[in-house]
Amino acid sequence: MSVITSELAAVSEESTTTAIRRSLARRKRKQVILQTLGITAISIAFLMLFILIASLVSTGHTAFIQTHVTLNVFVDPEEVPLSRLPRGNFDDVLAASLAKSIPGVDVSDRATMRKIEDIFSNGAQFKLRDMVVENPDLIGQTVELSVPVSDPYDQLNKDQIDRNTPEQLRRLKDNQLGYFDALQAAGMISTPINTGLITNADSRFPELAGLKGAIIGSFWALLVCFVISFPLGIGAAIYLEEFAPKNRISDIIEVNINNLAAVPSVVFGLLALAVFIGWFGLPRSVPFVGGLTLALMTMPTIIIATRAALKAVPPSIREAALGIGASRQQVVFGHVLPLAMPGILTGTIIGLAQALGETAPLLLIGMNAFITSAPSTPFDSATALPTQIFIWADSPERGFVSRTSAAILVLMAFLISMNAIAIFMRKKLERKW
Amino acid sequence: MTTFAFAILLVISLLGYWLNRRTALAIRRDGARLHSLSGYHGLYSLLSILVPVFVLTIVWLIMQGSVVDSLIMNSLPEGVLDGLGEGQSQLILAEIKSLSRGQTFGTPEDWKIAAGSRLVSLQATSSMMLVAIVTLCALGLLILAKKRVTATFRARQGVEWIVSGLMVFCSVVAIFTTVGIVSSLAFETYKFLQMVPLTEFLFGLNWEPQIPIRADQVAAAGAFGWIPVIVGTLVITVVALFLAIPIGLFSAIYLNEFAPPLVRSTAKPILEVLAGVPTVVYGFFAILVVAPAIRSLGASLGIGVSPNTALAAGSVMGIMLVPFISSFADDALSAVPRSLRDGALALGATRAETVLNILFPAAIPGIVGGVLLAVSRAIGETMIVVMAAGLIANLTANPLESVTTVTVQIVTLLIGDTSFDNPKTLAAFALGMMLFIVTLIINIFALRFVRKYREAYD
Repeated sequence: MSVITSELAAVSEESTTTAIRRSLARRKRKQVILQTLGITAISIAFLMLFILIASLVSTGHTAFIQTHVTLNVFVDPEEVPLSRLPRGNFDDVLAASLAKSIPGVDVSDRATMRKIEDIFSNGAQFKLRDMVVENPDLIGQTVELSVPVSDPYDQLNKDQIDRNTPEQLRRLKDNQLGYFDALQAAGMISTPINTGLITNADSRFPELAGLKGAIIGSFWALLVCFVISFPLGIGAAIYLEEFAPKNRISDIIEVNINNLAAVPSVVFGLLALAVFIGWFGLPRSVPFVGGLTLALMTMPTIIIATRAALKAVPPSIREAALGIGASRQQVVFGHVLPLAMPGILTGTIIGLAQALGETAPLLLIGMNAFITSAPSTPFDSATALPTQIFIWADSPERGFVSRTSAAILVLMAFLISMNAIAIFMRKKLERKW
Repeated sequence: MTTFAFAILLVISLLGYWLNRRTALAIRRDGARLHSLSGYHGLYSLLSILVPVFVLTIVWLIMQGSVVDSLIMNSLPEGVLDGLGEGQSQLILAEIKSLSRGQTFGTPEDWKIAAGSRLVSLQATSSMMLVAIVTLCALGLLILAKKRVTATFRARQGVEWIVSGLMVFCSVVAIFTTVGIVSSLAFETYKFLQMVPLTEFLFGLNWEPQIPIRADQVAAAGAFGWIPVIVGTLVITVVALFLAIPIGLFSAIYLNEFAPPLVRSTAKPILEVLAGVPTVVYGFFAILVVAPAIRSLGASLGIGVSPNTALAAGSVMGIMLVPFISSFADDALSAVPRSLRDGALALGATRAETVLNILFPAAIPGIVGGVLLAVSRAIGETMIVVMAAGLIANLTANPLESVTTVTVQIVTLLIGDTSFDNPKTLAAFALGMMLFIVTLIINIFALRFVRKYREAYD
């Protein structure tokens, strides 16, 4: 008997152990699968971020340099007579000077001369005009001038146009390639850093288009947004956190603020369009209205951040101040608020960074207009950085693709530096209790 | 001129602060015991000048435009506005305004030129009056505040009363915003529903808002059924969630349970970078990279893919939502009490079993709340779809075709010049109203889910 039982026990023990071992292997496999899935998921997310940044950098970096042609312009008094300033055939003057550097060009053939004119940007003649108007003595003299080339040649110089494509499919024909090669052989082509990207306002021509108007427009809008949302947000947060009686009205306000934070941004655009523009009659496309709209969107963020910062201040501070006879407002404004300030500022900067990237409400109030000058007050028509990106992304010219990526890189640089300031402040100033 | 008015106001209020503070200090020097600190006497004067006059100025500036406009329109010679509709008289007003700015188009009639110059003089008078009124009121309040400075005057209570009022006003602004959103949407939607019946809007299967603007224009008759638009929105949302939920959840599980601390502390900020990218950038990414990639992939498989497919917009939106879902899921998993996790591990469960069988079910409410918020985000997301999705309403559930969304329609209907009297413009507000309602319902559900769940373990 006992022998049999012990044998049975040995058998079942063995089978249990193998069963457990087998199931353990299965369970461990499951763990490995889950872990692999997790790593895959996170790698996909990182890969996407990498592709996003890589594609922006690879298309955008070319816009940070601009092909220029440097030429000695003889300001012909016959084409540009002193009496007709500021009018004059400045484009003909430029084309004639350029034609001298290209061998085998028939100067009398109008069609060829028009092709030559197309080499430099449309803005070149205005640059020359401004120089001559400023200093009329230049008429009859030869001046050295460096002007941007037009978009197709810029693309050619940046190897964006494949010389091997058949001629009829190419934007530049063989003879045009010849002109450019001749200029390059003469050492007249240079590629300086494209300062125009920051110092020019918008333009129909990619080689002249810049972000000055958009950056200043965004600056005004953010300034208005900050001036309005910062005091309103802090005031509301202090009231709700420190003074409001716990009753239905405070509850409604609180639920309301949480919901406002989740309302789609385009709805704020509709509000701005109907109320600020439709009812109050404020002008369209101006950064002031944009800033007002962004302020309404940023306020909930600031309120929520401020309340969190106020909550983090320990009650002992309040009790100590109350204990030595301070009034409740003296406690808040003298002690709690200064201690919460780093947290509030961090939240505000993050809110403003969000506002800087916001596009949809600005589209609805018309900040996507084509405006070729930078705004000097918040009441001048302007674009903002994100709407400028939207406009350029919609433009058919090939050169705007790299401009758009470059504009995005500029916007991201602003966002990253704002967030970096916020993180720095959080690390340096925030107190742990 | 307006800046000048504000400057005067600021100077007078600072003067008030200085005067009252000096008077209070003088009283104390004479030996009397002040009820409030001298600074509060100054602040009392400052606030009681600044607040009312500032409000007055803002009201004046808001009213000025319409008052001047109606004065101009009433002063026009008899008969010129007879038989003209509202739109045409608005045009005349706009012409007069551009004349007053010195922009002349063609040869305007003499009475328009006269009205233009009258407009200029009225605007000048209005700003002069504003400056005068601001100065007078501020000085009056300055004198009133100055008279109140006595040793027994409770200046601190006065200041605190004003400050409380200001803070209450600040918190009510949030309510005003909501009221403003609801009332402006409701008002325009009501006008829209007078032109298009509610049943057609809610149940119509066609969306063709390109109606003729002028009588002689060739255009579609116009159809305003929102079904194809909302179906398109849902198609894109579903595509986005298909991508975002698994990636978001698995990365949250990995980061929360398996990742070494170093990986976790570097991966979380990188995910936050994805969350901070503006949506216009994602939109450009969709048209620059994703849509061409999907199209060439479709071509190599022999499937016809439309140029602005719902798949491209949806998958880019999915990338946008990944950090959102993963951070919600991470919070929810971290909030599960340690005792549950320790108990499961002590019973011999592997870490995968602990996560899947114990932590995940416990965190489900928080995760669902996060997913719901992501859905409401996806429905309300604008720039990605404006740039990457189609414009034509197309009643289909096939993600390879081009569909349009609510937000795309709102933006395309309102971009450019808009007047508030044709159904095309008003339709955008009706869509906005529906968008607001749908997202509001989802948000309320989501917030309730999250809150209920938090209460369960706190």
